[in-house]
Amino acid sequence: MARTAGSDPERQPPGALAFCLRLLRRQLVLAVRRPIEIGNPLLFFAMVVALFPLGLGPAPDKLAGFAPGILWIIALLSNLLTSDAVFRGDFEDGSLEQLLLSPQPLYLSVLAYIAAHWLMTGLLLALVSPLFAVMLNLPGGALGALVLSLLLGSAVLSLVGCIGAALTVGLKRGGMLISLLILPLYMPVLIFGSAAVQAAVNGSAAGPYLAILGAMLCLAVALAPLAIAAGLRISIDA
Amino acid sequence: MYFDSLSAVLHMDGHGGFVWAAYAITLLVLVLLLVAPGRRQKKFLQRLAGELKRARSGPNSMEEEA
Amino acid sequence: MWTFFHKLGSPPWLYAISGSILRWLLPVTILALAVGLLWGLLFTAPDFRQGNSYRIIYIHVPAAVVALAGYYVMAIAGAISLIWKMKMADVAMKSAAPIGAALTFIALVTGAIWGKPTWGTWWVWDARITSMLILLFLYLGVVALYEAYDNKEAAGKACAVLSLVGTVNIPIIYKSVDWWYSLHQPASIKFTGESTIDPSMLYPLLLMITAFYALFTCCLLMNMRSELLKREARTNWVRKLALGGAQA
Repeated sequence: MARTAGSDPERQPPGALAFCLRLLRRQLVLAVRRPIEIGNPLLFFAMVVALFPLGLGPAPDKLAGFAPGILWIIALLSNLLTSDAVFRGDFEDGSLEQLLLSPQPLYLSVLAYIAAHWLMTGLLLALVSPLFAVMLNLPGGALGALVLSLLLGSAVLSLVGCIGAALTVGLKRGGMLISLLILPLYMPVLIFGSAAVQAAVNGSAAGPYLAILGAMLCLAVALAPLAIAAGLRISIDA
Repeated sequence: MYFDSLSAVLHMDGHGGFVWAAYAITLLVLVLLLVAPGRRQKKFLQRLAGELKRARSGPNSMEEEA
Repeated sequence: MWTFFHKLGSPPWLYAISGSILRWLLPVTILALAVGLLWGLLFTAPDFRQGNSYRIIYIHVPAAVVALAGYYVMAIAGAISLIWKMKMADVAMKSAAPIGAALTFIALVTGAIWGKPTWGTWWVWDARITSMLILLFLYLGVVALYEAYDNKEAAGKACAVLSLVGTVNIPIIYKSVDWWYSLHQPASIKFTGESTIDPSMLYPLLLMITAFYALFTCCLLMNMRSELLKREARTNWVRKLALGGAQA
């Protein structure tokens, strides 16, 4: 925050929603200034997609059989890699501490961070996924389910991933710890996300599974920011 | 008792290996769980006592610690 | 009533009362375990289908039940320390984590050993076992998070938050895995159908479950005492304890 409202005594501090949107815009601008960091998860996705045929053999029907799971697992891992950095930059230069002191509710500010993260990773991953799905011989009819499941699911992944990020942001030797914390939270999303795609491959409706992902998203939006806010306070005070 | 002899107990109609392996591992972990805190506590108190005795008697003392 | 809670927040009082509880609880626990184990091993009839390998149930099920219950004990202790800021509650939470992890480990290992003669494989990705595995990861996460923080007060708070997140997650995980298993494997293997267990087999099982609960409590109290001493090392009552000879 280069200039807070307090520097201009005439202005009122922005309302919660305006603050949240401003924060979101800031995060997006910061992210866009480093296009490499946006490209990294996508590049990771691409390279790991290549790893699976290298490991399993290029037989098209085998790849197609595993494609829903493979695509979802890689999306999950990409998300995991980027989760660590969500709060770290602002923690290190003190902006996070400023955020905690601001009068706006932390719940919404945290949502801004998460939304920015999702827009820069999950959304892009979901849009790019059909390309890699085709490389893994996923049947065309399942592409829609894939994109939708990734859109919903990656939002949940961002939300729960940031819980781990908030709890470990202050730690010097965080490293693999965030993975240990977040992966159990990722598992239900993986189960239903890949099930949605698998259902579409088999010809049955993916709707119910997408609905369950939607329900998880609602639960995560309601509860995760509370845990994240608590985690941030603990990390700052530590 | 549903077994006629000790060898029947150990053999358990062919499942003896599994049953006894499971029970042995479990007993090992349980014993560790029960014994470790006490030993940790005793070691800690002994170390603390040693530090206090050394602090009390000063750096030039020749006293051995307990 | 509130004086009781106030006293609970006092380390020397907690140390003293846990000592007096352990003096009778520990022998009772060991006795219950011994009786239950011998009863289950030697004095119950072999199962109709599984033969003698079913005897593993007398350690597998109690370990699994208490492992799951232990997570909730840990999470509730964490919640109490976070919400009411009771200092001793985070000692309880920290002490519970490794015990729960050990019990989950027992449940997994005995489950795998039981699976080999029963279903032919060491590991089956069914709903129960997979959920147990995830529970182990949740426990290990709490232990790892506590160790990673240098400031132990923050460590307690962070673990409390993590345990609570895990508590919300456990039913979700269990339901997801349960559903996932039924999707990928028609339910031909259902050892959960043991609800029609014969009474002669049920009683030793209940005894063992009770014994394991008692065991958890004993280990929890012992771990708490050890942790209390470490935290209060600079106080007079601990120093007196150390100098008076390391008597429990």
